[in-house]
Amino acid sequence: MPKQNATKVFFATLPKNIFSGFVVSLIALPLGLGLAIASEAPPIAGIIAAIAGGVIVSLFGGSHLTIAGPGNGLVIVLFGAITTLAGGDYYQGYLFTLAAIIISGVLLFLFGVLRLGGLSEFFPASALQGMLAAIGLGILAKQFHVMLGFVDVKGSTLMQLLAFPSSILRLFSSVPDGTLWACAVGVLSLVFLFLYARIRNPLFHLIPAPMWVVIGAISLSYYFEYVAKAPYPIANELLIQLPDSLVTNLPRPDFGLLLTKEFITVVLSITLIASIESLLSIKAVDKLDAEKRRSNVNKDLRALGLATVVSGFLGGLNVVTVIARSSVNANNGGTNRSANFFHAFFLVLFVVLFAPQIQRIPLPALAAILVYTGYRLAAPENLLRISKIGFEQALIFMVTLVVTLISSLITGIAMGILTTFLVHLVLNKSIVLFSRNWLKPNVLMFQEPETQNYYVSVKNFSSFLNFFKLKAKLDQIPETEHAIVDFSLCDFVDHTVMEGLNDYRRSFARKGGELEIIGLDIHSSATQHPFALRKIEPTKGFATLNFTKRQSNIQKLATDLDWEYHPEPYELMGPNPENFLFFQTKQLNYRSNLLLSQADEIWFYDLSFSEGLFITKEDLTASFFFFKTDKPVPVFVLDRENFVTSIYHLAGLHDINFEEFPDFSKRFYLNGTDEKAIREFFSPELVFFFESHPFYHIESNGTHLMIKGKDRTASIQEIKRMLAFTQELRSLLLKTAKR
Amino acid sequence: MTQPHFKTLLIGFAFSPNLKANVYEAMRLACFFKARLLFLHVGEKTPQKEKAFSALLAQCPDRPQSISIFWESGAPVTVLLNACKTHKVDLLLLGALKRENVLKYYLGSIARKLTQNASCSVLLMLHPSVERVPCEHIVVNGLENSETINTIEKGFYVAHELAAKKITLVEEIKDSDVAVTVSDDRSLRRATLKKQKLQRKEQLRVSDIVARLPDDLKDGVQWQTQSIFGKQGYSISHYARLVRADLLITNNPIKKGLFSRLFSNDLGHVLMELPTNVLIVNQTSYA
Repeated sequence: MPKQNATKVFFATLPKNIFSGFVVSLIALPLGLGLAIASEAPPIAGIIAAIAGGVIVSLFGGSHLTIAGPGNGLVIVLFGAITTLAGGDYYQGYLFTLAAIIISGVLLFLFGVLRLGGLSEFFPASALQGMLAAIGLGILAKQFHVMLGFVDVKGSTLMQLLAFPSSILRLFSSVPDGTLWACAVGVLSLVFLFLYARIRNPLFHLIPAPMWVVIGAISLSYYFEYVAKAPYPIANELLIQLPDSLVTNLPRPDFGLLLTKEFITVVLSITLIASIESLLSIKAVDKLDAEKRRSNVNKDLRALGLATVVSGFLGGLNVVTVIARSSVNANNGGTNRSANFFHAFFLVLFVVLFAPQIQRIPLPALAAILVYTGYRLAAPENLLRISKIGFEQALIFMVTLVVTLISSLITGIAMGILTTFLVHLVLNKSIVLFSRNWLKPNVLMFQEPETQNYYVSVKNFSSFLNFFKLKAKLDQIPETEHAIVDFSLCDFVDHTVMEGLNDYRRSFARKGGELEIIGLDIHSSATQHPFALRKIEPTKGFATLNFTKRQSNIQKLATDLDWEYHPEPYELMGPNPENFLFFQTKQLNYRSNLLLSQADEIWFYDLSFSEGLFITKEDLTASFFFFKTDKPVPVFVLDRENFVTSIYHLAGLHDINFEEFPDFSKRFYLNGTDEKAIREFFSPELVFFFESHPFYHIESNGTHLMIKGKDRTASIQEIKRMLAFTQELRSLLLKTAKR
Repeated sequence: MTQPHFKTLLIGFAFSPNLKANVYEAMRLACFFKARLLFLHVGEKTPQKEKAFSALLAQCPDRPQSISIFWESGAPVTVLLNACKTHKVDLLLLGALKRENVLKYYLGSIARKLTQNASCSVLLMLHPSVERVPCEHIVVNGLENSETINTIEKGFYVAHELAAKKITLVEEIKDSDVAVTVSDDRSLRRATLKKQKLQRKEQLRVSDIVARLPDDLKDGVQWQTQSIFGKQGYSISHYARLVRADLLITNNPIKKGLFSRLFSNDLGHVLMELPTNVLIVNQTSYA
């Protein structure tokens, strides 16, 4: 891209990024405060980390959509460090921990310099999941009590988990009114967070759930002050304290413990978690990039390390790439690193302008946000999902989880790795396979002469121990190409590799290429290959043994129309939904209930997809119609004009309006790159058609049109209405095309 | 008429279950190459052994031009190596061993020492058999070194004599040659372009060598080039196994200096896990 052009694009997209940065700052504020409090650091430490991350990573980073700030994973380690390093003196412990944070920043920077970005591949997937679940439980166990209004429950994660019933019982004994109010705020906030995804209102969703919680809690204090004219019932110790002046009260990191064993352990744990959390997040966020760019992981690690050093000297926590905030950025139209910068900018603005309001936030409200975060990390469905992959994966998960809970993170992950390796030995009944082949190169890549496909052959075994070798080859293949990974010479493929390859397959599919995995079918005959380790591969659809009422209705409709009906379509039939703008920042999960007419090239199906990641993740299922157009159609998006689209106007996304159709232009939001072609395409007949029919979200990808109804699956009546709409639209386009 | 490249073949034998297959295979090869065949037994010579062996030879349908049998005693490696020198042997035949229960082959310690020290070419036979298994696809290492031209020429010669239909000349491209670390889209694009350039360059180099070979060697053989990416020396054997080649022809570059002696070279990788029959070409110079 020529430089001139790049600068132009940067300024053209600046309003969008400012807007997205603003929305991200709305979620970063409560999370930053909450994560710092959960670590027993001063609340402002979390905001400092977010600001340092936002400024430095946006300047020196190598990714595009990621947001940097304080991370969930570190809460437990930092909490342990702050509470124990100075023998219980929290402030002194905080100063020692700052020194550890600075040194871990230097290490992280070195990781980037030495290109150790592939580090996270050495950890078995299930062990990582177990570790994250342990971190989630740790956050949940501690914050649950705070959410109920009790800040005095101390002890290890296990002890705090066991104290749940006693804390609940305490509420029913004689506690002051203030605690009951605090508890009410906390519990209601939690209920709200769980229900937030159910409320499908674009206006309401413009502000992230944690910010609603904060706004609600602050409003309550104003209600007491101005309307009820009563003293605020929540005690001061349950409110956030900010330092009077940010600049003069800078804490001084204390390097006094530099060479002690405890200190070094803390540094190593922080660095390990920070790098793993960042690497996993960067990888996940790349999948949400509408422009499908590939992040420079090592450059990002260097920037994160630098930001952590700066943050540590200013009294802030570690800076890592954070997944939930980054996904909010992707969903709100962020296109480059300037969004990360503006998120920091708005945070500075908040702290400077709204310090009095921030000090009105009750801790239980923030604790509710953290309980929700912890729950999402430790959610039982994670274990369920893993045990579906195989019993041995559940075992690895549980060992890591339990060992992490009773000892430390480092021991936990080490045990997880050991367990995984032992499981592999037992499954293969052979140590020779691993000992003989571990250090040997096992991957061969070449381009097939006839087709220019990339062919990757793996031999001996492929597991977390040597996945990096396979990755190194796969990373060299442009994702727009066709790649084939052949395991026919491979005796053993583990779950980490299968899951990693699934990620590759998705990113190839996103960028228009294809990654095929072959040679695994022969493994079913080999006895040493357990069913489970390959079972993850085809993750398409779910078994439906009995039809639901809706499914039988759809089937009846299919018979009436003489169309085909597949309740669980296996291969991709019809247009790839990922080619439509709508899905660019979303992840597709599975399709079901495919109804199609081969003759007319019309497809209908329910598509399950997710929006956002981690705590901002929302799973949705909606119904779609697709049809192939006779002639190429300009790429466009047509939707109902509403408040959100008006905000997009402010953010610089412009709407194509027609002077000759003022009513249409007022009611519909139309966008696309080739404005001239779109203006030609929208003939008076077509405009009248859209005006006179119900609203649908309509998109074109150039060759196909997509019609989407509501944000839920359509009922049989709605399907019929959508079908009629689709057929009329199709025949109208055919008619105009003929002319 | 092409000049015979292998005029004298030598095979060491012992009374093992494999003896019949080894002898039949050697006789057959000597016929194909129109070569003299020498049998060498290291160990005690007894009338029974002699009788059994000549009976075996008499059964064999293939008859090479001339057969000689030697009975010598001593350390097998030294005896065989000396015999190669005194009889001006061009090709030494060795049988490989099959690892128990696994479909993997390796070399015994004697064969390994012979391979490393023989001055002539060495053919490692993976599964010698009584009945002929036709040799159809030959993979030839086209890696650039002092021996490349000779190796490729030998490859075409062997294909011609064994009536193989297909030759694949493989060039291995090292990651260090690409010299671009892929970290984002831009470096990926650069690396991809660099790789395409290297592939074109390598294919041109190998095709040039083939173009200079005599035409009658190339008659009736389909040949193609293939660039592969992987660990040098190791991936060619991986490739040969993947495409189910019947013969892999590679060379044994002259070792220079202490460094390459201390560390396993390309050939070491191939010998660790034999993918198929392997012919190691050595430039023999018996003036």
